[in-house]
Amino acid sequence: MDWTQLETALSGLQNYLFLQAQSHRLKSDIPFFTGMICLAGFYILMILLMVCADLCYTDFQSLRQTLGEPEIQYSIQLSLFSCSLSTLMSLAVAVPIGYLMSRFEFKGQSLVDAVLDIPIVLPPLVVGISLLVLFNYPPFHWLSDWVVFEIPAVVLAQFMVACAFAVRTMRVTFDQIPRRYEQVALTLGCNRSQAFWRVVFPQSYKGLLAAGTLAWARSLGEFGPILVFAGSTRMRTEVLPTSVYLEMQSGDLKGMLSVSILMIALSAAVLVLARIFGMQRINA
Amino acid sequence: MIKLQKVSIKQGDFSIEDVSLHVPAGCYAGLMGKSGCGKTSLLEAIAGLRPICSGTVTLNDQDVTHLKPSSRHLGYVPQDRALFPNMRVGRQLAFSLEVQSMPQAEIDQRIRELSGLLSLDHLLNRYPDGLSGGEAQRVALGRALANRPKILCLDEPLSALDEGLHEELCELLQSIHRELNMTILHVTHSRPEAKRLAEKIWHFKDHQVQPVD
Repeated sequence: MDWTQLETALSGLQNYLFLQAQSHRLKSDIPFFTGMICLAGFYILMILLMVCADLCYTDFQSLRQTLGEPEIQYSIQLSLFSCSLSTLMSLAVAVPIGYLMSRFEFKGQSLVDAVLDIPIVLPPLVVGISLLVLFNYPPFHWLSDWVVFEIPAVVLAQFMVACAFAVRTMRVTFDQIPRRYEQVALTLGCNRSQAFWRVVFPQSYKGLLAAGTLAWARSLGEFGPILVFAGSTRMRTEVLPTSVYLEMQSGDLKGMLSVSILMIALSAAVLVLARIFGMQRINA
Repeated sequence: MIKLQKVSIKQGDFSIEDVSLHVPAGCYAGLMGKSGCGKTSLLEAIAGLRPICSGTVTLNDQDVTHLKPSSRHLGYVPQDRALFPNMRVGRQLAFSLEVQSMPQAEIDQRIRELSGLLSLDHLLNRYPDGLSGGEAQRVALGRALANRPKILCLDEPLSALDEGLHEELCELLQSIHRELNMTILHVTHSRPEAKRLAEKIWHFKDHQVQPVD
């Protein structure tokens, strides 16, 4: 083999290696996206199928009949009232906690952070039992006649869980608002309170809306703590999840599904309203 | 007048120790240094936004070391301008005056003055996301000047501007300095910019501030 042949062979080998590397780099993206879309599609499809199954299993007649019952009417009213009240209470607490946790570093912050997550990770029944036990001790005990197994218990049970979600949302919201705005406001003559209310809070409305929606939806679905702490007395502490439970206990499957569909509709309505309101604010 | 005496700042691993600086009243001062050397931290310490471990900060013969930012009566323009995204330009300019509960007629008068000085008349109804880089910088300047401070702290005010806007804003800063007779501390990493604008230049190097001849 002479020198020219060797050079040609080496150049061929070089080309081959280059093409191999190129073909390795340019491997198709289709399997990656197919896998991603399949997994995402599976979950989205399951959600839609669940809702469709509920809708298919019941009919308009039984839906109208169930929703017309005085017990269910009371349950709807109490749910709307208690969810709205617990949402307002959650936001009132979540805004300061979210802001303080986002803006200040202090000793024991990780511990406080972990404590704030307890209602999220605690089994719902345990939240109810803990509330029940708490109201055996003063000063809570002094209020137990007006709270335990009464409407305030419904609101408190919803608040204890919903607030934890609102706090998480508000903390992320404040984390995303740069501190620089407040700093500039301070140099422009604001005190801390003015900087917060004039500059930071108006920028947090999207997070506030998200936290409110989440808290409302969580409150609407709350069942375990309410069952234990407020009971399931008809026309007294009955909220929509309790109605589903009571209808199931009495073997009325159609009634149970009707209330479930109403809950789905209410949650969807809140979500849509929040989005529409959010979009209006953005376009304003 | 801005006077720093043996100012030390410590934040995590970052520290500045025993920095002294004296900018006479009415002087346009340039503070130069590489990125990350602590220029912004020093400016924040002057504005009261960053606590200092030791030393004193004196502004116009008043010891402000322990005063809140709102009591230091200085204008501060950060590098990112930090225009409030939820406010129109007019309200940005009125912000410091509204905080003081100044009568609306006086606020309107001041906005007219500022929009004339900084050519902001046609921008008063716009939100910050509808402004170009040069316009946003003029609004940030106007917002800082609204309360008639005697000292203006500018953090890299001309970075990220194209050549034409850079020159335009240089002239604007010079005219502000001339007309309002303010003490200006201008932080920059650009030597030509400092030479173009500043009457006195300091160089921040090895955690120390040295005057440049």
